[in-house]
Amino acid sequence: MTNTLLHPTRRGLLMAGGAGLLTAALPGYVAAQAAPIKIGFQLHRTGIGAAYGRWYERTAQAALKAINDAGGIAGRPVEILFEDDATDPKRGSEVVDKLTQSDGCDLVMGTLFSHVVMGSAPRAGELKVPYLVCSEGYHVASGALNRWTLQPGITDVRAQISTMAPWVSQNLGKKVTMVFPDYAFGHDHRDFFTAAIQAQGGEVIAQIAVPPTETSFTRYFPQIPAETEVIYHVMVGPAVLTFVKELGEFYGTGAKPALFGFIDSLEAVDTATPGLEFLEGSHFWEAHPRVKATDAGEHEAAYRAAVGVDDNGASVSDAADVSTYSHMFSTWETLYFIKQAMEASGYTGPADRQKLVEAMEAITDLPYGIERPQGAKRFNGKTHQVFGSQHISQVQGGKLVKVHTTTIDEGLYEDAVDYTTMSF
Amino acid sequence: MTGGGVKVWVLHLTLIAALFAAQFLLSPYHATNLARIMVLAVFAMGYNLAFGYTGLLSLGHALLLAAGMYAAGLPAQLWGWTAGPAFIAGIAGGGLVAAALGLLALRTAGVSFMIVTLMFAQAGFLTLLYFAPITGGDDGFAVAAASRTLMGFDLSTDTPRFLAALTIFAIGLCASLALVRSPFGRTMVAMRENEERSRMLGMNPFTVKLAALTISGLYAGAAGAAYAILFGYVGASFATIQYSILPMLYVLLGGAGTTLGPFLGALLMFALIEAATGITTAHQFIVGAALVVLVLFAPKGILGTIRERWARWLS
Repeated sequence: MTNTLLHPTRRGLLMAGGAGLLTAALPGYVAAQAAPIKIGFQLHRTGIGAAYGRWYERTAQAALKAINDAGGIAGRPVEILFEDDATDPKRGSEVVDKLTQSDGCDLVMGTLFSHVVMGSAPRAGELKVPYLVCSEGYHVASGALNRWTLQPGITDVRAQISTMAPWVSQNLGKKVTMVFPDYAFGHDHRDFFTAAIQAQGGEVIAQIAVPPTETSFTRYFPQIPAETEVIYHVMVGPAVLTFVKELGEFYGTGAKPALFGFIDSLEAVDTATPGLEFLEGSHFWEAHPRVKATDAGEHEAAYRAAVGVDDNGASVSDAADVSTYSHMFSTWETLYFIKQAMEASGYTGPADRQKLVEAMEAITDLPYGIERPQGAKRFNGKTHQVFGSQHISQVQGGKLVKVHTTTIDEGLYEDAVDYTTMSF
Repeated sequence: MTGGGVKVWVLHLTLIAALFAAQFLLSPYHATNLARIMVLAVFAMGYNLAFGYTGLLSLGHALLLAAGMYAAGLPAQLWGWTAGPAFIAGIAGGGLVAAALGLLALRTAGVSFMIVTLMFAQAGFLTLLYFAPITGGDDGFAVAAASRTLMGFDLSTDTPRFLAALTIFAIGLCASLALVRSPFGRTMVAMRENEERSRMLGMNPFTVKLAALTISGLYAGAAGAAYAILFGYVGASFATIQYSILPMLYVLLGGAGTTLGPFLGALLMFALIEAATGITTAHQFIVGAALVVLVLFAPKGILGTIRERWARWLS
């Protein structure tokens, strides 16, 4: 009898060696499977976008918890690394760099302000890292950016504005005077709404551009033509309260045109704030109704509870802390979009980034569910832009009450770019 | 050349050599940041020539940075200019706007000069917003990849970008040192120290200050153009007051009236922000507190204090 321990056979040695190799590799394999997916979040924690940033962070944290509680992404836990960009394009570009190269994030997401997106996207393209923005800007779908930049969580300003025109012309009036800030955000409204209302047989009879440094608006109001049926206003920033107050004083208690605005003016602001009484009865675009609608979807309550928002759209811990409800859902939906694309592409690490973008481009229908509490969406892989429904709310008793919802189809427009034909 | 002169040139050339070597030692992330710092340091060097050496406390240098940025970025965007011509246009843009600004603003001095330069910069910022269809307004625009090439080198990639930033920085630094050690450099300092006495000695303060401001504009223009080409973005935010304050902080931190101060200030400020963001979300508080400490305990900046106490040969 041969002692195989002292005199091992060649087959025995090979088997033992193979087993050893497998054992040695196992911890690495297990570790790779368990290693968290790291998502970099470019956050407007300071600067002009801080109010949005605060709620973007809370919403993203809530979505992160929901995703991890349900098993993470492809069985791997998920981490988010938040980094302040000070709402500044130069710092934004540096933050993309830091999150990608220093922190080792798999992708970067979360940017809201358009100029930060414009300043950061080139660096994302250079680093070849997916850059998923939550910005509303038309910059993605216009073709101004690159193959690595996508906007899957929120509709863009062109779609939002265009879908408002039919309802405004049919319900408020056809002769519109626009009052808007004299920079890109206001210019988008000026250009897209003017064209959209003309298509409805209406007309913009005056365009009043207000310089961004203006703090008092009374001298602009005499420019509003007397025959105006609708005032379309999109003033933003701290001066908006003064704007509304002075507009109210200008018209007094006499007859006034109907008012239509975008909730961007009053995000994180309570519509019952003293001084805003003049807005009573006026209408606003909302992406996601701040005050829970009576016909809200079945996942609305769970979403609000997860984020910590009450039925009025304020923090459950502080009723004066009003959320940026019409924008912040985009971070939630973007995280679920990432999950869907990573799982579809079999993403394992940064080497699969190109495959991940291709998987994102292949996504089309995004049905309503807890993954998309704002509503069903349709993603256009060619333009990297998502499309969805919009809402119109009326201020009633100081609260926003939803009165109309558009279809996804109303917001569609012809493609201006095909990113899928661009190289990576 | 005096012993001090040799030492100071050796020090500057050693820094340039060390920066060249740094690209091989640093990670791509830190090397890219160093390229950013060198571009910002060029901007601060220009500010230092106006403020640190000539005594012109401007609050309008963002206008000059943006002039260079748009003078380089717009031809690239509109007519597809490549990096070389676009960069030259950027330098010229910064210099021309500085000369025009100087012709008007140098009729004033002191606090009035600060306010007038601030107003011109604000007017420049609003002009960029007003002509949004061309300038891209506050959103700005990304510079096309084709315009970011120089003699076949893709400046959007790590090594060519670093070397381009280092070249611009090295030329700027050596020119700055040569300038401040030249007779004209002494004249600039004379303006800062006692304008009336220099006038009595036959100098023309207006001409000297105009020349100093124009040279400062050339530096700011070079930095703006370099940022547009190397980092691929042009935007109106670079024309805001924040970018007039930044070079002042860099210069004050590193040492006003020292040639290496702007680089040291830009480097430390960048590092301070990087370190502070890793510690707390209130990183701007840390940066502010550090500056307060600096003003209280080293009002001449780091190199200014070193020169005063230990190394009087520093330029």
